[in-house]
Amino acid sequence: MHASVEAVAATATPEVVPGRSLWSDARRRFFRNKLAVLGLIIVVGLVLVAIFAPYIAPYDPLEQLAWEDFSKSLAPPSWEHPFGTDLYGRDIFSRVIYGTRISLSIALMAAVVTTAIGITLGALAGYFGGWVDSFITWLINVVWSFPFLLFVLAIITIFPEASLTIIFIAIGVVSWPDIARMTRGQFLAARENEYVEAAKAIGASDFIIIFRHILPNIIAPMLVQATLAMGSYIQLEASLSFLGFGVPPPTPSWGRMASEGQNYLFSGQWWWSIMPGIAIMVTVLGFNLLGDGLRDALDVRQQTDG
Amino acid sequence: MAVQLEERPQAQTEAPLLEVRNLVKHFPITRGIIFSKQVGAVKAVDGVSFTLNRGETLGLVGESGCGKSTTGRLILRLIEPTSGEVYFEGRDVLAMKRDELRALRREMQIIFQDPYASLNPRMTVADIIGEPLEIHGLVKNRKERDDRVRQLLEVVGLSSYHLRRYPHEFSGGQRQRIGIARALAVNPKMIVADEPVSALDVSIQSQVINLLQDLQEEYGLAYLFIAHDLAVVKHIAHRVAVMYLGKLVELAPKKELYNNPQHPYTQALLSAVPIPDPTIKRERIILAGDVPSPSRPPSGCRFHTRCPVAEEICKQVDPPVVEVSPGHKVACHLVKPGQPGPRLIKNPTGVPAGEPGDQKAS
Repeated sequence: MHASVEAVAATATPEVVPGRSLWSDARRRFFRNKLAVLGLIIVVGLVLVAIFAPYIAPYDPLEQLAWEDFSKSLAPPSWEHPFGTDLYGRDIFSRVIYGTRISLSIALMAAVVTTAIGITLGALAGYFGGWVDSFITWLINVVWSFPFLLFVLAIITIFPEASLTIIFIAIGVVSWPDIARMTRGQFLAARENEYVEAAKAIGASDFIIIFRHILPNIIAPMLVQATLAMGSYIQLEASLSFLGFGVPPPTPSWGRMASEGQNYLFSGQWWWSIMPGIAIMVTVLGFNLLGDGLRDALDVRQQTDG
Repeated sequence: MAVQLEERPQAQTEAPLLEVRNLVKHFPITRGIIFSKQVGAVKAVDGVSFTLNRGETLGLVGESGCGKSTTGRLILRLIEPTSGEVYFEGRDVLAMKRDELRALRREMQIIFQDPYASLNPRMTVADIIGEPLEIHGLVKNRKERDDRVRQLLEVVGLSSYHLRRYPHEFSGGQRQRIGIARALAVNPKMIVADEPVSALDVSIQSQVINLLQDLQEEYGLAYLFIAHDLAVVKHIAHRVAVMYLGKLVELAPKKELYNNPQHPYTQALLSAVPIPDPTIKRERIILAGDVPSPSRPPSGCRFHTRCPVAEEICKQVDPPVVEVSPGHKVACHLVKPGQPGPRLIKNPTGVPAGEPGDQKAS
């Protein structure tokens, strides 16, 4: 802040200097964080695995090899079956590969459902306040006061047969209050910013204020929240499948595999249960690392030059 | 200033540009979430009246929390007043519907205190300054908008190549210039300047003040200039209003106020203005205690709890506004027209009378 800098006037070069947006700064910070990049690699890798599952998996995940060759039942990890086989002779490696599709699609769709409901209700509550805020806050508290897992189970059992759609809708319906509460708080804070007042003063409509002035400034914490939440949705899907309320068999689901395999855990056939368990762990870790990395990169308070 | 903003014929009418009568804002204090009830009110602004003429600067001065910023926002209807009247060119601002209000935004603008908080960090300078142009349909396309933004940048002393930069790439003073350009974009008649320099370095303050003065001369702008001390206002204001706990205590032409302050609070404020000359010794009026809470303002004259010359009547009765000389209004029981008012110390300004620092900021 020097007077000389201030005085740089119309005499300077006529060309337009491109500015550095906050996003480009954040990108640079993100890629300097090794753990964040590891998280990104894991998540991107998993997405690729899910997309190209048929090309990666050596066997059909549903094919029960034990009917033809009994030695294929509960076979330990080998070159032929890297993760071993289960009681029916299904290749666990192939099942884990295909399970990525289930876990990721549930995580993604549940995140879409929760953020859609959460951001809409949170934005309405935070921006308009008054009775709208009172009502939505009340709704958040009501949904929150239910035991989380029981509520999800209750919704799933309403339907005769569990499917992917029902599961992520159930997860979404129950977990939107987190996002809504956060959005509301962000809106309450952002609404007080002088640039929002300035927008009002120049005659901007509520629509412009919400979508141009508030949302772009709070999207970063929402993105972090959604990423971290995806990790917990994967855990939740695994828990549901483990309890027998998840995607119906024989669809390969990590949670169900872990559940089925646990009886053989102590009789020595650990791979049936442990291999999908490791997959869950790595996936959740990947999302958490990515989320933390995004938080560090996007947090304006931690901004440094360079 | 090579660039001309749109020419506007100056209507030389006697009627003031802005008239504020008995403006009141009570912020309710509520308890409970669903069944909330009002348990009190913060009387931020409690019956403020003044006028502002075309091309004039009215300084509005007071301690933090006295309601001066709220007053500015009430006039622009950024906050809805509890009661009172605001007329802009004879039109009732508080009765305006959405569309009329939007049209009014072209004529009244605001500059904010904090140059870091008042610019959207995700928007480029061109988007920030161009937004009012787009909202009010003053430009047809992006190119026209950018051309106009370039002009505005030059008007406020920035270079047009800053167009695609983001606010965080500028210094505080430069950001404040961007804020001023945004306010100027719609070619307003009046600007509420809400402590526009108090967040800036002292060296930058005078530059911004001088810019505001130049703009006023060039475009005939009227300013409601809000400040928390009398030093800044001294350079720019034509008239000064002093506010204490939601009420105006004194309003006078600048020279009159600085040479002949009547209200004890004004005298105390003046005695606190630093003089850039260590050889001058003077008395200071040190006010005892803090500003009382505006949710429970004192009875009678609100200043009586801290006033060194308060009398019994001050605790009971709210003092009426009296005009001690043309244009000099005071709300104090001890001030009576034609008689010398209370004098806390001989010379509160510390400067020999008759020289109320008319020099430009240096």
